[in-house]
Amino acid sequence: MNFYGYKRPDGRVGVRNNILILPASVCASDTTRIIASQVEGAVTFNNQNGCAQVEGDQQYTMDVMAGFAANPNIYATVVVSLGCENCQMDLVADAINERTNKPMEKFIIQEEGGTLNTIEKATRAARRLAQEASALKREQYPISELIIGTECGGSDPTSGLASNPLIGELSDRIVAHGGTSILSETTELIGAEHLLAERAKTPEIRDKIFEIVYRYEKALQSVGEEVREGNPSPGNKEGGITTLEEKSLGCIHKGGHTEITAVYDYAKQVSEKGLVIMDTPGNDPSSVAAMVAGGAQIIVFSTGRGTPTGNPISPVIKITGNKITYENMIDHMDVDASSVIYGPQTMEEIADAFLDEVVEVANGKLTKAESMGFTEIAIARLCNYV
Amino acid sequence: MVNALIINNKDNVAVAIEKIDKGTEINCKLKDGSILKVDAKDDIQIYHKVATKDITRDCKVMKYGQYIGVAADDIKKGEHVHEHNVISKREN
Repeated sequence: MNFYGYKRPDGRVGVRNNILILPASVCASDTTRIIASQVEGAVTFNNQNGCAQVEGDQQYTMDVMAGFAANPNIYATVVVSLGCENCQMDLVADAINERTNKPMEKFIIQEEGGTLNTIEKATRAARRLAQEASALKREQYPISELIIGTECGGSDPTSGLASNPLIGELSDRIVAHGGTSILSETTELIGAEHLLAERAKTPEIRDKIFEIVYRYEKALQSVGEEVREGNPSPGNKEGGITTLEEKSLGCIHKGGHTEITAVYDYAKQVSEKGLVIMDTPGNDPSSVAAMVAGGAQIIVFSTGRGTPTGNPISPVIKITGNKITYENMIDHMDVDASSVIYGPQTMEEIADAFLDEVVEVANGKLTKAESMGFTEIAIARLCNYV
Repeated sequence: MVNALIINNKDNVAVAIEKIDKGTEINCKLKDGSILKVDAKDDIQIYHKVATKDITRDCKVMKYGQYIGVAADDIKKGEHVHEHNVISKREN
């Protein structure tokens, strides 16, 4: 099975062809917003971080920035920094160069004489890169080139009954074709980690699955908090999910049935094929951001309550098994999975059609989130700013 | 008409797939297609859980064939199962 994508000089294949205007810190984020608004085909995001962070938090931020730039949906990156932030331009550029050899331009606001000069220069550079990118043609590649990130948000009991099992079937199909599927959201593995551990390819991977769950619970306890506070959310409960275990058991259906070939830390580059786990929060935008940084060209996102979450780099396909939500949140829903519950089609038929839809999106079909310009992201954090 | 699903044979709850009124008969479909009939002792919102067996206080509530929490009260077959009668706590 094939899709039409864009080959990058580092060998990876993208499904979009955009220029990333990358803010190295919060202090560059308004500047990148203005630059991106001037250039067709440019994307950016609001980077809340990049300065005054402890080492572990800075690493998260660096990995998200480098991973976004390296994601094959991006043709080239224009990095903009303020100049005095912790995420110094040379550090950011080095982190990007470790992951990819795609074109990169750099502008430091304090060295360019302020934001207006920076905006002018960076906009010219971005415009040139966007024109270069537009000359590229899509070519045919096997879907083994795809990394699919799986996410669930605003879950309800239909997530565990319909949309997550359907994503699991998709995951199995992607893996069978030689591709990669990422299961994420460590907080929503709690109470279900033993089932995933049984599917680990090696004892080391098994131990790592238990470790990321233990580490997450301990990290929250170390600041006097409990993971069960705020999870399940009020909306989860209103929908009918009672406990975190119930939510988790529904959540892990997204990982299908194949063996787990690797466990990655937050936002690290995914290189293994097959089903992998990434250690991310249950918070959707920060989990999606990590998988996109890991190289996911497409996100499949199940919801019960209905959420608008998108991403600036990778298309987010929204799927619900709740027939009421599909109608109520139709502006945001791409796929109606309620037939998994109510029929008449079989799971096989529904899953085959879903894979076709994912390939259509890979080929360029806009998702609802893309067509409406929803691009919010967040970056995980270990602790407070310093 | 099937209006609830029992996901796994080990489960002691079913998931309502339609709104269920108190006093009506619930047709719970099992994996093998067979139907378990339960009298609804509460109104059950769509996609919420209903007990398919009596669950004694402090016993496990099971869904997906797995532990999801502990009964905070005696729960009668046909009653709504949710926050008011289930405690979320680590199994071990």
